[in-house]
Amino acid sequence: MKVRLKVWRQKNDRTAGSFEHYDTPDLNPNMSFLEMLDVVNEVLTEKGADPIAFDHDCREGICGTCSLTINGKPHGPHRGVATCQTYMRSFRDGDTITVEPFRADPFPVMRDLIVNRAAFDKIMQSGGFISVRTGAAPDANTIPISKEVADLAMDAAACIGCGACVAACKNASAMLFVSAKASQLNLLPQGKPEKDRRVLAMVQAMDEAGFGNCTNQYECSAVCPKLISEDFIARMNRDYMAATFRQTFGSVPSTVVGG
Amino acid sequence: MNFDAKIPSGPLPQKWDRYLTEAKLVSPNNKRKYELIVVGAGLAGASAAASLGELGYKVKCFVFHDSPRRAHSIAAQGGINAAKNYQNDGDSVERLFYDTIKGGDFRSREANVYRLAQVSVKIIDQCVAQGVPFAREYGGLLANRSFGGAQVARTFYARGQTGQQLLLGAYSALSRQVGLGTVAMHTYEEMLDLVVVDGHAKGIITRNLVSGEIACHAADAVILATGGYGNVFNLSTYARGSNATAIWRAYRRGACFSNPCFTQIHPTCIPVSGDYQSKLTLMSESLRNDGRIWVPKNVGEKRAPGDIPESERDYYLERMYPSYGNLAPRDISSRAAKRVCDEGRGVGESGLGVYLDFSDAINRLGLDTIRERYGNLFDIYKEITDENAYEVPMRIFPAVHYTMGGLWVDYNLMSNVPGLFVLGEANFSDHGANRLGASALMQGLADGYFVIPYTIGNYLTGIKGGRPAVDHADFRRTEEEVRARLKRLLENKGKRTVQSFHKELGKIMWDHCGMGRNEEGLKKAIELIPQLRAEFWENVTVPGSGEELNQSLERAGRVADFLELGELMCRDALDRRESCGGHFREEFQTEDGEALRNDEDYGFVSCWEHQGDDKAPVRHREPLDYEHIQMAVRNYK
Amino acid sequence: MKLLTALFTTSIGKKVIMAVTGLILVGFVIGHLVGNLQIFAAPEVINSYAHFLQSLGPALWAVRLFLLAAVGLHIWAAIQLTLENRRARPRGYDINHTIQASYASRTMRWSGFIVLAFLLFHLAHFTARVGPYEKYNDMTATINHQGQVIEVLDVHSMMVIGFQQPLVSLFYIVAIGLLSLHLSHGIMSMFQSVGLVSNRWRAGLTKAAVVISVAYFIGNLLIPLSILLGWVDVQNPALLASS
Repeated sequence: MKVRLKVWRQKNDRTAGSFEHYDTPDLNPNMSFLEMLDVVNEVLTEKGADPIAFDHDCREGICGTCSLTINGKPHGPHRGVATCQTYMRSFRDGDTITVEPFRADPFPVMRDLIVNRAAFDKIMQSGGFISVRTGAAPDANTIPISKEVADLAMDAAACIGCGACVAACKNASAMLFVSAKASQLNLLPQGKPEKDRRVLAMVQAMDEAGFGNCTNQYECSAVCPKLISEDFIARMNRDYMAATFRQTFGSVPSTVVGG
Repeated sequence: MNFDAKIPSGPLPQKWDRYLTEAKLVSPNNKRKYELIVVGAGLAGASAAASLGELGYKVKCFVFHDSPRRAHSIAAQGGINAAKNYQNDGDSVERLFYDTIKGGDFRSREANVYRLAQVSVKIIDQCVAQGVPFAREYGGLLANRSFGGAQVARTFYARGQTGQQLLLGAYSALSRQVGLGTVAMHTYEEMLDLVVVDGHAKGIITRNLVSGEIACHAADAVILATGGYGNVFNLSTYARGSNATAIWRAYRRGACFSNPCFTQIHPTCIPVSGDYQSKLTLMSESLRNDGRIWVPKNVGEKRAPGDIPESERDYYLERMYPSYGNLAPRDISSRAAKRVCDEGRGVGESGLGVYLDFSDAINRLGLDTIRERYGNLFDIYKEITDENAYEVPMRIFPAVHYTMGGLWVDYNLMSNVPGLFVLGEANFSDHGANRLGASALMQGLADGYFVIPYTIGNYLTGIKGGRPAVDHADFRRTEEEVRARLKRLLENKGKRTVQSFHKELGKIMWDHCGMGRNEEGLKKAIELIPQLRAEFWENVTVPGSGEELNQSLERAGRVADFLELGELMCRDALDRRESCGGHFREEFQTEDGEALRNDEDYGFVSCWEHQGDDKAPVRHREPLDYEHIQMAVRNYK
Repeated sequence: MKLLTALFTTSIGKKVIMAVTGLILVGFVIGHLVGNLQIFAAPEVINSYAHFLQSLGPALWAVRLFLLAAVGLHIWAAIQLTLENRRARPRGYDINHTIQASYASRTMRWSGFIVLAFLLFHLAHFTARVGPYEKYNDMTATINHQGQVIEVLDVHSMMVIGFQQPLVSLFYIVAIGLLSLHLSHGIMSMFQSVGLVSNRWRAGLTKAAVVISVAYFIGNLLIPLSILLGWVDVQNPALLASS
C-alpha cells in the first residue's frame, strides 16, 4: 500500500510552520505508523532532505513520548491506543493522511511534530507527590488499602503523560492529566495528609501554565491511550472545592514558635 | 590494574550493616557545598537524584528526553522482587540472595547481591509510601505473584505496568526535589563526554538537543544511570532512544567495561514481522505463570494450532525442566526456544516462534480471571498482531532485552575512575551472567534509594581541591573533542543513512553474538565490525546542522558508539571460553545441550580497559571469591 | 477571602460559578414552565397565580435581582472561560475531528446567545410589556381573591394573544428548543463541575438530563402549539366582544 502524507513542518518554536506533502514508498500494512515515518525519513535522508522530526521512544505504548495528531485525532484512529501502536492496516491504500503536532499554547512546537510538554512536569513539581523521605517509610503492609481503592488509584495512575488529553480537548485543557495525577495520590491513605495542599497547588500550576478550561465534553478520555475516565475530573473538582472550603472556614492550627 | 571491590569484612549478612556504621558522613552544612551530576532519570537515576537532593547535596540531573518520566524503566511490565515473605511461603533475604546468585549463573559478586536482597524489602515500603498502587488482595494487603527462576511468590506488581508505576514513584520524589530547588533538572540535554581532571571524574559535556548548544558542567562527582546497551542489536525490546553513549564515553576516558558479552535474551517477545521493524515488543514473563509453551512435535507442521492434537504437541519446557517447567529462567527458556526452532519446529510464517497457550488456564480458572491477570497484555498482543490470544495461542520468540554487563563498579558503586559512580543497568554488578525476572527494577531502586546516598559520602569526604572551573583545560579539551566529532558527522555528507548502519550492525551482532556464539562467528564479527565502522565514518550522511533539533545527528553519535561497543562485546564473548547465563558458547555445552560453565578458569569478572582507537583493549579480571555459598551447576530440572 | 478568590480567579472556580448559577436558572425555568402550564386550566387559575406573584412586592424584586445576578454571572463566567480557552489554543487543527462531544456541548455558546436574545424579547413582551406590547396592560379580568372579586391583569388572554402571532410563536419555539439543547449538556455539566458524579450513575444522569430537557421542550411547546391550533383560546368576554 501507499499513502500520501500531509505533514506539519516547522523549523523551531520561533518560526512559523506549514504543511508539506509526501508520497510514501510501498508500505507493509503491518508497519506501525511510526515505522512508516521511519521509512519516509530514510527516503528523505537519502535525498539529502531534512527528515520529519517526531517524538517517539519505547514504541510499545507506555512511555508517553509519541504524540501526533493523525487526521485530526491525537494518537490516530483507534481507541485506547498510542500512535506507536497504530498500524498502517488501519488506513486504506491511497489515503491522504494529515499529520499535525499536538496543538496547545503550553505545548510549544520544538520542531515539525515535536512539542515540549514540560508544563506537565511543572504541575507535578508543584504537588504531584507524597512527601516521604527516602528510608522513612513504615512496613508496606502497615496500612491495608481495600482492593477497590487500590484499583481505582491504579486506574488513575495508568496515565502515561503523553498530553493527548490536552491535544484532543476543544479548549486545550489539562484537567484529565492533572485530575488523574491528583486523584491517584488523593485516593490512597498515604496521600491523604497532603490532599488539600496537593490539589490546590496542582490546579494553580495548571492555570498558570495557560491550559484551557474543561467544558465537560470528554474528548480527553476518548483519546486517552489508557482510557482514563472523566470521573477523575469530577473527583478533582470536588476535592478542589472541599479544600477551598476547608481553607476558608476550617480551623487554623495555632503555630508553636521556636523549638 | 587492581580491581579491589572494597567489600567490607565480616560475615556476608553483616557486611552492609557494618558498612553503614563505619561509613564516613558528610555534615549537613557541608552537603550543600557539594555538587553532584546525575545522568539519566530512570529508576536508578531518578531515585538517586531525589534521595541525594533530599539529603542536601546540590544535584543536577540530565536527561535527553523531554521529561524525566520517559526513561525506559517505564516499560517493565511484570514486577519487582522483594524478600518480604508476605505469602508465608518460606522466602527470606538469604533465599532471594541465593536465587539471584544462582539465576546469575555464579558470575556476580556475593556481597553486592546480598545487599540487594537486604534492601529489597525497604524498596517496597518506600514505594508504597510514595503512592505506588501495587496490586492488593481483598483484605487490603499487598498481592504477590511468582516469577521465573523462583519457587516462592515474591514479586510485587501493578497490573502490567509495574515499571511505569515505580518510575512514576521515583519521578514524583524527584519532582518534589525539583520543586524544592535541591535538584536542577536539565531536560533535552544529552551527555556526550565525561571530563576527567587529575584522574577524577569532575564533570560532563552535554549537548542541548533543542538548541544544539554544547555546555560544560563541573561537579564533585558524576553518577551515571543511563541504562543498558542492548540497542547495539538494533532490534530489541529497548526504547529507540536507549543508548550507550554515556557509559561508552566514560569507558573511553578510562572506566573499565565489565562482562560486555552478558546480554539477556528474553524468551517471551512478539516475533519479528518484517524488515522495516524498529522494535520488538515484550510480552511480560508473568504470562508464563499461566501459559504453557509448546511447539508441534512434527517438523514442518502446517495445521492451525487448534487442530494439532494434544499427543502431537511438545510442551518442551515442561518436558526438559519438569520442576520449573514453564517458569525456567530466561536464558534457559530462550535457548530452548532457539533449539526447537533450529530443529524446524518453529511456528508462524518465519518459523521463528513458539506457542504460548492459555487454553488450559482459561478452562481451569475461567476467562475472567485470565482477563483480570493479563488483560492489558492480551490487548497489546492484539494491537500488534491483530490476533486474539484468548482464542488462539500467542506466538512468541526471544529478543534482546537487558544487558547484565556494564561499567565496572566496586561495592560503593564507584568505577575505577574515582568520582564516577554507575548505577542500575549501566553497571555490571548484581546480575552476573543472567538476570532473573523482576530483579532489574529492584536493582535500579536499590542503587538509587538505598546504596548511593550512603556510599557517595565515603568518596566526598576523602577528596581535596574541590570542583574545577568549567574553563579548566581538561574541560576545554574535552569540549573541543566533542565539537570536532559532531562536526565530522555533519560534514561527512556520505551516501548511507545512520539507520542502515545500525541495521547492519544489529544483524552482525544477532548472528554472531546473539543466543548462540562460537569462535568462528565471533572472529568473523570482530573482522566485520571494524570494516562497518570504517565505512560509517566514510559514508554516513547526517542532514541538517548542529545548531538545531536534529534527530539524525543524535542518532549518528549513538550508532557510532554502538559500532565500537559491539566489537568489545564480541571480544569479551570470544575471550570467555565457557557457557554461562546469557552467554552460550556452542563449543561449551553438555551432551544434552546445557551450558557448560568453567568456574576454574572463568570464575571472574572481565574488566576491559580502553587503549586508544588503534589498539585492542586489554582484559583485566576481578576474581569472584565465593565465601558464603558454593558455585554449583545450575539445575532447573 | 480564599473561597471568593478561588471562585472568581481559578479555572475550576469559574466552572463552579457556571454550575451553581446554571442550577438556579434550571430551577427557575422549570418552575416558570410549571406556572405557565396553568394556561390549560380555567383563566382564573393562571391569573390568580400571576396576581399572587405580583403581590409579593419587594420579595418579587429580590427574586428578580437574584435571577438577574445569576444570569449575569453565568454570562460573565462563560465569557472568561471562552477567552481563556481561545488563548490556550491559538492555532487550531487543519482537520477538526470530534469523537464524542455532543452537538449540544459544542453549541453551548450559540444556544446561549440566542436564548439571551430571546430572554430580552420575552421580558419586553410579557414582563415589562413595552413598545407594541403596552396594550397588554389594558387587558384585565376578575378573579376571586380571599372571598372578594378583584380586577387583575388578564395573563391568560395576554399569552393567548401573544402566541397567536405565528412569528412570535416560532421565535419562542426555536429559542425553547435551543434552551432545551443547552440544558441537555448543562444539567449533566453541573454535576460534573461540582464533582457530584461517578461512573456508577454517570450514564443514568446523562440520560436523565436528556429526558428532563426533552420534557421541558415538550411542555413549553404545548403552549404556543395549543394556541396556534386553537385548542386554547381567549375567554375574556370583554376582549371577545371587541375583536
